[in-house]
Amino acid sequence: MELKLYKPYLVKFQSLIALLILCLLISILSDKFLTMSNGWNVMRQISVNITISVGMTLIVLTAGIDLSVGSVLALCGAITAGLLKNGIPLPSADLFVGFTLLGAIVIGLLLGFSLGGFNGWVITKFKVPPFVATLAMLTIARGLTFLYTEGFPISGMGEKFAYLGTGWLFGIPVPVWISAIVVAIAGVITNKTRLGRYIYAIGGNESASRLSGINVNKVKIVVYSIAGGLAATGGILVTSRLDSAQPNAGVSYELDSIAAVVIGGTSLAGGKGSVLGTVLGAIIIGVLNNGLVLLNVSPFWQQVVKGAVILLAVIIDKSNSKND
Amino acid sequence: MLVVENVTKRFSGVTALENITLEIHGAEVTAIIGENGAGKSTLMKILSGVYPEYEGRIIFKGNTVRFSNPKEAQECGIAIIHQELNLIPYLSITENIFLGREMETSFGALDKKAMRNKTRELLEKLKLKVEPDTLIVDLKVGQQQIVEIAKALLTESEVIIMDEPTSAITESEVKVLFEIINNLRSENKAIVYISHKLDELFKIADRYIVLRDGKMIESGRMDGMKTDDIIQKMVGREINLIRRKDLQCTSEDVLCVKNLSLKNPNRKTEDFLKDISFSLKKGEVLGIFGLMGAGRTELLETIFGLHPKLAKGEITMDGKIVPITSSSSAIKAGLALVPEDRKKDGLVLGLDVQKNIGITTLKENQTLGVLLNDGKESKLCEKYREDLKIKTSSVKQTADSLSGGNQQKIVIAKWLATNPKVLLLDEPTRGIDINAKNEIYKLILSLADKGMGIIMVSSELPEILAVSDRVLVMSEGVVTAEIPIAEASEEIILKAAIPNSI
Repeated sequence: MELKLYKPYLVKFQSLIALLILCLLISILSDKFLTMSNGWNVMRQISVNITISVGMTLIVLTAGIDLSVGSVLALCGAITAGLLKNGIPLPSADLFVGFTLLGAIVIGLLLGFSLGGFNGWVITKFKVPPFVATLAMLTIARGLTFLYTEGFPISGMGEKFAYLGTGWLFGIPVPVWISAIVVAIAGVITNKTRLGRYIYAIGGNESASRLSGINVNKVKIVVYSIAGGLAATGGILVTSRLDSAQPNAGVSYELDSIAAVVIGGTSLAGGKGSVLGTVLGAIIIGVLNNGLVLLNVSPFWQQVVKGAVILLAVIIDKSNSKND
Repeated sequence: MLVVENVTKRFSGVTALENITLEIHGAEVTAIIGENGAGKSTLMKILSGVYPEYEGRIIFKGNTVRFSNPKEAQECGIAIIHQELNLIPYLSITENIFLGREMETSFGALDKKAMRNKTRELLEKLKLKVEPDTLIVDLKVGQQQIVEIAKALLTESEVIIMDEPTSAITESEVKVLFEIINNLRSENKAIVYISHKLDELFKIADRYIVLRDGKMIESGRMDGMKTDDIIQKMVGREINLIRRKDLQCTSEDVLCVKNLSLKNPNRKTEDFLKDISFSLKKGEVLGIFGLMGAGRTELLETIFGLHPKLAKGEITMDGKIVPITSSSSAIKAGLALVPEDRKKDGLVLGLDVQKNIGITTLKENQTLGVLLNDGKESKLCEKYREDLKIKTSSVKQTADSLSGGNQQKIVIAKWLATNPKVLLLDEPTRGIDINAKNEIYKLILSLADKGMGIIMVSSELPEILAVSDRVLVMSEGVVTAEIPIAEASEEIILKAAIPNSI
């Protein structure tokens, strides 16, 4: 009887409860877990996934998917790093066009937006399923990254650039600030703006949305652009933290990102879910990763455990929605 | 051969079939006749095992049967050929015919040769001159239908039900089909034939059964019957509604449609809409009646800008031309469409009542030009909840938990919020209970009294007669009659709606 009374709350906060239990377990098993330095370390690591996953959430809410985020992240990170370090060489005039920090970052971000926008354009204009369109972009962007970097990391962009990924502001790591701002803006967009309402409506019933006068294609292109821009943001953060743009950065990030979205309770069928849920999902994955490392679990087992958690989360979610 | 005894079928409170008793004989073609919604398809679905639950009993060759799924019915010898054919386009004729009952060799591999030979035999019998390996996509619709019949013959069905078999095929294909039906009849098969085209029934049917409002009205032999006799039996339902005494509308036209055509993307020769022109006055309720496939829904959709690439013609509102290019330009001009299928096209079922109603007016409900104003929106919704008597515990309840009538009111509310000049209603009372129907009728009349122009498409004649000021009748993409309500009757309307009726 009492349990029944609490059930709606249990369901509503199930990810939060799961996270608390997870933290409790790990802290019992390892005394290194509940330290300030480990805490910030985890947060810093998670911030990239959170940033990407916010974009992924918007896309999944429209009943789409974006497999290209990892590759877009790598390409935008590499281009930003390359522009900063080498500029654009003009061999005919024997000159280099140099870039300021801000200039390089803006171009990296714009590139991300455009790649995302291109995804959206292909999906809406040619009715290519999002899975296929972004799968193609995954390969294209990865290939372009290798072409641009010639297969070698680009390193040594200087301290100013490294500040974005490793610096502190008011006692909190800069990437955590950045991801927090991204989450806040996305939270406002999804809950308080026309765009947000349209996103939920399109995911819930695209045909009814179109008949209500919503420009479905425009909304989708905007959403894919945002996701591309956020992937680029993630790319800049990763590159900055390592002070190196790796050609194979961000491989399989799309999977972590989709996992965060799914664990966070967003339906892959669209129309249902929240940015905040995704944040919790990303934190759960991050804490789990960290805990498994602290507990010296072999990396092979780590993957198995992560997969099992994703499965469990979705099964619990499904059985809850069936009971409603 | 097949006897239906006291069969009643209810869907959550709505009675679709009431105490039906009828007989279907072998070596005969039995026509089932009735308006849309008379219960024909429900009856067919019971006979073919789609609906396993019903009251009463069905006796087939002397035994009481109760099929729990279509496969059981098929194995017993009752096959149905649906209006939308159930073939898999990228499989061959053979593979389709043997789907689910493949022949195997003694090694457990598919016995392709035997299946191909059997298929060839069936096709020859049906005089379809194509190879058994032909893919379904490469066949014409009429040929596909014959494949469906072949499928029924393979299971040695003794009762073959055909639901509107001629709705998508050409005249020469109809001839072939009738020949096949005649042959089947001479082999003692029972054919149940459902069609709106009365002239066809006179050519092919031996007996008729008329259904109306889920009740069995009459059955008898086709010889000596006239079209008028049958129409008379199809009509005759009453709606008690206090009509507006006199038409409030002025002579001012609010909507003018001129030479509107809509191409059929799949069949170039036949358009969905052919050269349609009409006008609508302020405060007028224009009823549009037509049978299935007459082009009613397409007409509304085209006016609302949903077929920009296929449509031609001119639409003016208050003298200004409305581009038929997108729903948003239609909305801007003051049009609103309540679609036929509210779950598929009208509502976002997972969102709450407020968000569904508010979706058309988000631009007006913003503060600072960006943020949505929840208070303003909820006030708007509360207003409509009260005005339209939407029964919901709160505006935060999700739309999928409400009844059909209340869902329909939400769809109407979301469009009223845009203050439309013309409201297009496509089957506004489909699938909702009587009380909600009456409320919607009253609402339509009161909106018209306030000067809104209303076009209501309906396949229910009593509803058309009760609400409209004027009736347009459509048949096969053409307006066949325009009747002032004072002169309209069910017989006159139906006659104009039935294709090629004499």
